[in-house]
Amino acid sequence: MNNKTPDSSRQLIQKKLARRYRTEKWFRRLGAMAVLISIAFLGILLVTIVGKGSSAFQQTFVKLDIHFDAEVLDVKNLSRANYPGLVKSNLRSLFPEVKGRRDKKKLYNLVSNGAAFQLQDMVMGDTSIIGRTKSVWVPASDDVDLFFKGKISRDVVESNRRIKDIQLKWIDRLQTENRIEKRLNTTFFTAGDSRDPELAGIRGALSGTILTLIVTLALSFPIGVATAVYLEEFAPKNKWTDIIEVNINNLAAVPSIVFGLLGLAVYINFFGLPRSVPLVGGLVLTLMTLPTIIISGRAALKAVPPSIREAALGIGASRMQMVMHHVLPLAMPGMLTGTIIGMAQALGETAPLLTIGMVAFIVDIPGSFIDPATVMPVQIYLWADSPERAFVEKTSAAIMILLLFLISMNAVAVFLRKKFEKSW
Amino acid sequence: MSSSLLLIVLLVLTLVGYILGRRRAVAMAGVAGGSATLHSRPAYYGLLTALWCGLPTFVLFLIWQFTEPAIIKGLVVAGLPPEMQKLPANRLGLVFNEIRILTGGSLVSGTRDAVIQAAADHYLHLKNLGSWIRGGTLFVLGLGAISILCSRITTEMRARNRVEKISRMILLFCSTIAIFTTVGIILSVLFEALRFFQTIPLTDFLFGLKWSPQMAIRADQVGSSGAFGAVPVLAGTMMITAIAMSVAVPIGLMAAVYLSEYATKKVRTVAKPLLEILAGIPTVVYGFFAALTVAPFIRESGGLLGLDVSSESAIAAGLVMGIMIIPFVSSLSDDVIHAVPQAMRDASLGLGATHSETIRLVVLPAALPGIVGGVLLAVSRAIGETMIVVMAAGLSANLTANPLKAVTTVTVQIVTLLVGDQEFDSPKTLAAFALGLLLFVVTLILNVIALVVVRKYREQYE
Repeated sequence: MNNKTPDSSRQLIQKKLARRYRTEKWFRRLGAMAVLISIAFLGILLVTIVGKGSSAFQQTFVKLDIHFDAEVLDVKNLSRANYPGLVKSNLRSLFPEVKGRRDKKKLYNLVSNGAAFQLQDMVMGDTSIIGRTKSVWVPASDDVDLFFKGKISRDVVESNRRIKDIQLKWIDRLQTENRIEKRLNTTFFTAGDSRDPELAGIRGALSGTILTLIVTLALSFPIGVATAVYLEEFAPKNKWTDIIEVNINNLAAVPSIVFGLLGLAVYINFFGLPRSVPLVGGLVLTLMTLPTIIISGRAALKAVPPSIREAALGIGASRMQMVMHHVLPLAMPGMLTGTIIGMAQALGETAPLLTIGMVAFIVDIPGSFIDPATVMPVQIYLWADSPERAFVEKTSAAIMILLLFLISMNAVAVFLRKKFEKSW
Repeated sequence: MSSSLLLIVLLVLTLVGYILGRRRAVAMAGVAGGSATLHSRPAYYGLLTALWCGLPTFVLFLIWQFTEPAIIKGLVVAGLPPEMQKLPANRLGLVFNEIRILTGGSLVSGTRDAVIQAAADHYLHLKNLGSWIRGGTLFVLGLGAISILCSRITTEMRARNRVEKISRMILLFCSTIAIFTTVGIILSVLFEALRFFQTIPLTDFLFGLKWSPQMAIRADQVGSSGAFGAVPVLAGTMMITAIAMSVAVPIGLMAAVYLSEYATKKVRTVAKPLLEILAGIPTVVYGFFAALTVAPFIRESGGLLGLDVSSESAIAAGLVMGIMIIPFVSSLSDDVIHAVPQAMRDASLGLGATHSETIRLVVLPAALPGIVGGVLLAVSRAIGETMIVVMAAGLSANLTANPLKAVTTVTVQIVTLLVGDQEFDSPKTLAAFALGLLLFVVTLILNVIALVVVRKYREQYE
């Protein structure tokens, strides 16, 4: 026998083994990479949003020394007085050298349209300031705001810049006089929607979201729990029950926009409910979240051991008593977790609300279930579509707040699950 | 009496019913000699009374709420002068709207037609009258139910059994809502779609190569003929879905393999919640991200390579949609991989296969049906996804195979056709329902196949 053969076959095997181990290593790295890539996407997403949105919580204000002229402000007709004129005359007196209509217009554009309304509110709230001079911080216009936050660069050619050279000069002078500064943007949390980015806020959308979610919760939780209890504890094993089960599993996977079509055709067209209201939004979202709540509710009921049921039945409880007094309370934490997750889904849902008209431009803050309203995700969609550049940071800020709500809801769900989870 | 006030009154009445029923039962038991003589515990008598009072009034309240507007409208229209009644339906609707706004007091325009004013007064009167009749009827009904039941309570009455029977009916009713929802979806989408197919033939819709949903307002308008061929829209949907799946399936599957087969417990506890966050981010946020960050990035990097990339390219929307679906694919595959019996892995490893060989040659083939099911579910999700494409994909229906061009999808078209001031019965609006029907049918088929496949697979290893 040649003693070369075993050697070469061992070499062959070793070579092959090395190759197999290399593949093993690469396969493993590939898997790790897939996880890293997904997490990196999440990181990029969050960093972009926070990077774009964090500046929205501050707002640039300009200090004006307004003389509340008794001639302009007629006490008998305060609501119709010329407040914009007050602002304009003050700006003119700050920069007396500005002449010509075009330059004046540029000057007026430094402060927001909201300044006049702010003055009006001040005067209507306290008429005693008429005739006096008071320094007032009014919001700057969106372009000045963007420039002041460094989002418009001086180096850009003037024709491509929203802030012109002459306006730059004025802003610099305001800055040396300490008349312009960044402050906390409370408007963002107290105002409704607006066409002017510096005056727009999320309060309206937030109220709309809360109203819509109240409707959703009030309907989907009891119905979902009842359905889960029926299917898990009472339903006979027959075709009818099978149909219901298949239906629920299917509904969980139906595209959300189809629910919007249903809402439009049934609630609005057939029942004649009003458009754009939280009531209809809540009804549509109820149908969407029901499958989630039912499926998690059934899982929670399944987790309750049969011994509990048998013990209850053994001491003479009826089936209904067994479920209501023993099984349901034990399954409740799991059901609540599922409900919170369903609510979080409803909170982020946009598409079905578009078709039932919750995309309207609504300035007023909704106070009831049948007031026209919009919700946070739709507000984000509307702002993202707005041409003004300043809405980018507002959109991102609104997204930050929406994500904050979502993450805290999920955290509560995880906490509930951890706290009340029982291993039997 | 306003609706909310009436609801509160009815709730209080129900509560009163509970207390009265319970009291009555206790009193009867006292006469008969102690609570042990009662068939059920006193609370059940109270509950029964409350259910008798609360259920019918509440159901009637809902029915009233839904039918009242139509009845009042009919009565007001009947009270209008005959020449107004003969107006076409949409004009009549406008007149009625004016009447309603007038009653709200928010119409400030100077000229007020005396007829309209009279009708508005009539409307207000009817509404007022209706709310009082409603309040009175429901209150009397509830009170009557309470008194009838209280007079019937005896110690022998099987209150618990009756309450349980009613509760079971309520539970059964709740569980049928899922069926009502499906039926509602099918009926609403189907009916509107059928109306659409009366104007546009089904074959034109399914096989037409041009999509331009314009309808003429005047007969002689330029470009008055709309084209409702769904092929370009479907092609766009398919392309974006394909791009999304080519991102989501490899990454999601590999992530699932890594997390379930290789990762240490520590890595898993960190990575899994992070993936869940990725799954929980609202789609509108992904849409914003796609439109504002990814699309410009792709356009610029395409520009560096000398490619002409549209600013609403299919690839940007598809890519971000893929990212959105990664956690979906990975969690479904994770479940499926976990269901593969450990014995199969042990056998393969025992024969000397490396870990990756075991995964590639044993675990994945065994898990394949389940993975396919999961991928089908993911495809159905990608097809139905709306916000990302509404914000990042285009509106014009191009029939192209170039992923750098703008294409449109079914969901985008539904949203654009419905968000606006169209009349409800114009073909333009109805086209949205035809697309909705298409979407529903396609996703339904995918879901059913996927659910059946996954269920079969689970049974195989259980």
